[in-house]
Amino acid sequence: MSAHAHDHVEDHHDDHGHHHKETFVTKYIFSQDHKMISKQYLITGLFMGIIGIAMSMLFRLQLAWPDKQFGIYEILLGKWGADGIMDPSVYLALVTIHGTIMVFFVLTAGLSGTFSNLLIPLQIGARDMASGFLNMISYWLFFLSSVIMVMSLFVEAGPASAGWTIYPPLSALPQAIPGSGAGMTLWLVSMAIFIASSLLGSLNYIVTVINLRTKGMSMTRLPLTIWAFFVTAIIGVVSFPVLLSAALLLIMDRSFGTSFFLSDIYVAGEVLHNQGGSPVLFEHLFWFLGHPEVYIVLLPALGITSEIIATNSRKPIFGYRAMVASILAIAFLSTIVWGHHMFISGMNPFLGSVFTFTTLLIAIPSAVKAFNYITTLWKGNLQLNPAMLFSIGLVSTFITGGLTGIILGDSALDINVHDTYFVVAHFHLVMGISALYGLFAGVYHWFPKMFEGRMLNKNLGYIHFWVTAIGAYGVFFPMHFIGMAGLPRRYYTNTAFPYFDDLANINVVITIFAFIAGAAQLVFLYNFISSMFFGKKGPKNPWKSNTLEWTAEVKHIHGNWDGPIPHVHRWPYDYSKLNKDESDYVIPGEDFVPQTMPLQDNEEEMNH
Amino acid sequence: MTAFLVVLVIILFGVAIWQMGKIFQLSKGKSDTTSQIANDKDNNLHGWLSLMFVLFVYALAFYSHWKWSNVFLPQSASEHGVDIDQLWLISMVLIFVVGIITQWLLFYFSFKYRGKKTQRATFYADNDKLEFIWTIIPVIVLAGLIIYGLFTWTDIMNFDEDEDTMVIELYAYQFDWRARYGGNDNVLGEANVRLIEGANTLGVDTSDPNAQDDIIVNELHLPVGKKVLFKMRSQDVLHSAYMPHFRAQMNCVPGMITQFAFTPTITTEEMRLDPEVIGKVQRINEIRRANSEKLVANGDEALEPYEFDYMLLCNKICGNNHYNMQMKIVVESEEEYNAWIKEQATLAEALKQ
Repeated sequence: MSAHAHDHVEDHHDDHGHHHKETFVTKYIFSQDHKMISKQYLITGLFMGIIGIAMSMLFRLQLAWPDKQFGIYEILLGKWGADGIMDPSVYLALVTIHGTIMVFFVLTAGLSGTFSNLLIPLQIGARDMASGFLNMISYWLFFLSSVIMVMSLFVEAGPASAGWTIYPPLSALPQAIPGSGAGMTLWLVSMAIFIASSLLGSLNYIVTVINLRTKGMSMTRLPLTIWAFFVTAIIGVVSFPVLLSAALLLIMDRSFGTSFFLSDIYVAGEVLHNQGGSPVLFEHLFWFLGHPEVYIVLLPALGITSEIIATNSRKPIFGYRAMVASILAIAFLSTIVWGHHMFISGMNPFLGSVFTFTTLLIAIPSAVKAFNYITTLWKGNLQLNPAMLFSIGLVSTFITGGLTGIILGDSALDINVHDTYFVVAHFHLVMGISALYGLFAGVYHWFPKMFEGRMLNKNLGYIHFWVTAIGAYGVFFPMHFIGMAGLPRRYYTNTAFPYFDDLANINVVITIFAFIAGAAQLVFLYNFISSMFFGKKGPKNPWKSNTLEWTAEVKHIHGNWDGPIPHVHRWPYDYSKLNKDESDYVIPGEDFVPQTMPLQDNEEEMNH
Repeated sequence: MTAFLVVLVIILFGVAIWQMGKIFQLSKGKSDTTSQIANDKDNNLHGWLSLMFVLFVYALAFYSHWKWSNVFLPQSASEHGVDIDQLWLISMVLIFVVGIITQWLLFYFSFKYRGKKTQRATFYADNDKLEFIWTIIPVIVLAGLIIYGLFTWTDIMNFDEDEDTMVIELYAYQFDWRARYGGNDNVLGEANVRLIEGANTLGVDTSDPNAQDDIIVNELHLPVGKKVLFKMRSQDVLHSAYMPHFRAQMNCVPGMITQFAFTPTITTEEMRLDPEVIGKVQRINEIRRANSEKLVANGDEALEPYEFDYMLLCNKICGNNHYNMQMKIVVESEEEYNAWIKEQATLAEALKQ
């Protein structure tokens, strides 16, 4: 009893921020409240997403009809689209910035930033993040880096255009490509700030999960969302600093005459003084982040999906411990597979063998996850809400894209499809589309938590899902074929020489599907904005979910729970659990048992 | 114009679904708090749509194969490429079988267990045996693939160099290729970009005795059946020497020499008679004829008919003209090759001119 009372005192102590008077600035701009910060992340991420997707529409237009003129180029690209003809340099800039924005700004910050911030405190039963102030700084650094990235689009010589992987020497030499001038400088500055933001965020998530779990919330009672965010944050802390070091060394090479990545270069009619550096070193540093980055993007999406599939199947997630173990295994393996991006970079072929081995190992935990999702659906009572459909869609694209990974991870097979459209198709399905589905699933599911009970319109959600699903497969399935025909990626046009002429109609098909899928995002955008203000208010716990966030106040208050923090008595997946004599659910008439519910008399305890 | 129409149709399509959504929204009554949560009607509809969706995915896969498998690369023109193609086929069959089954289960379950008010989900949280099975099966299958793949990879990358191996340097720069043959001694002279001067555009060390008989060309000729060791060099930025028909690729890295070796097995002439290649060339020429008609109508010159040739492509983003950085490769009989190489000027001769 005394322990209990003590907790209450602590709870109250956490509560002190509650009574401060909030001004417009502290509430909406420099907010330290995790719910507001999560919305800031989401909206900034969506805004960047609009730019990123719009860019992909432009270059798809170019790829489908390279010899036609489109006035839209001149309108949007100015001098690089004069007379409706896209300039090759701006084509490369578009693919570069599209990649950068989608990977980092949308799928890292927009996905992980949004949902880690929203859900970690709410689902573990904390009043806020461990440090609200660092959390605020983290968002504003992200905002600053977004602003700089967008600014770089307006530089005279054009934005960075050496590909999102910015391999030097191309990214180091303005003589080699105009985008490697001021555009690349801004890119690097923006990314350095982004990394700082990501690190502050990740450290905060880790500390919060470890220290601020409510009473009874043991690690094995955490929802899989939290496990995913927690492990993602750890991978981020391990690998993002390495990208920072790569960026700093590249800045040195570019501006201070060092030779970390440059050696023996003759460009624009003169020999550079640089000697002894190696571009392969950059590749190692870049992919040491770059590959874990795939899982930084994907794991939160998988975590979100685990939660949504279980809730909407009205069944416990199948194999909770195996799911946690898979997350940990994927996280560990993800940090030792980076070399599979470099099989033909000139590194020692023996290293290639090692990386093939580790890479194919990662298929095992991934397969376990996929099978567990499918088994969770089995004999469920599926509530096919838009969030559920996006989660099922995620499992589908995760499987399809993951399977082609078995081909690309095999060094011998990679030789001939490396850097072709086969790779583009693979990673868009497995991390791009899958993670986007995870993002959408999360938005549909937790919208009521973000916007004080308002819900997204479900019919618009259904249209959004089906059109996107058809569009995504329509874009990326045929894309494997042009890759298998040997078509290299990042070609401004495939018709400069005749060999690929017969791929033109496949490119048209891909582009049409891309526009259809793009149009579906407008439906989402409309739904998002209108529901934010006029969405119907749903019940407090609309999806009849077990997790703690639905016990928090619908109205956003600083501290989340008006009274004491709820205590947890069970794991979060007691859906459709029957009582001892199997006559009814544990709580008669209700097919779910919230985590706050103590063990009932007529109930057998689970091992969690 | 058609492009414009397509864009217009797409935009109108977007507007149409937008409006449809609005109508849906307006037709829904007010007040009900559960109106945005899936009910049995939604579950039924979207369960069925799930089933139709997996059929759509199958249809798309089937259609793509039926319609587009003719764009694939023809049979491998190199010795090791046959092994790669074999491994590729096995992996592809495997992933197709797994993909077809798992996608079916996923969407069929979405359909079969679509929610109903009267239905009760089965509380089923764990089954160690089941999980063990689907951990161990991928382990075994992947172990097989890994071992097979690693043997193939090691065979390709760890070639033994003997006297018969021909050494050729592939030299990449923005935005073209050069090939340097070792000449009579089959040894390449030393080279470094710092030595680039005037006609010596590859920076070959002209004082090196091995360099005197080097031959620099911008069309790669290879004798059939002879092992070639390529030494790759780059002048400025990363490039990648991609020879898709030979299943060969290696990056060209400034500051270091990378290498890749293969034995071409099919001459250009023979490849032109390959039925797949004939079909591909025919289709490309039909497209070119159609394009020519348009060009001629505009008063431009018609396009020349296309004839198949092997090629070396740049496959690492290297600058604005990356998309058009290629070199023709000719595989021919030993005699033809010898006749051709005799015609070419050695470095010493070229520099004297």
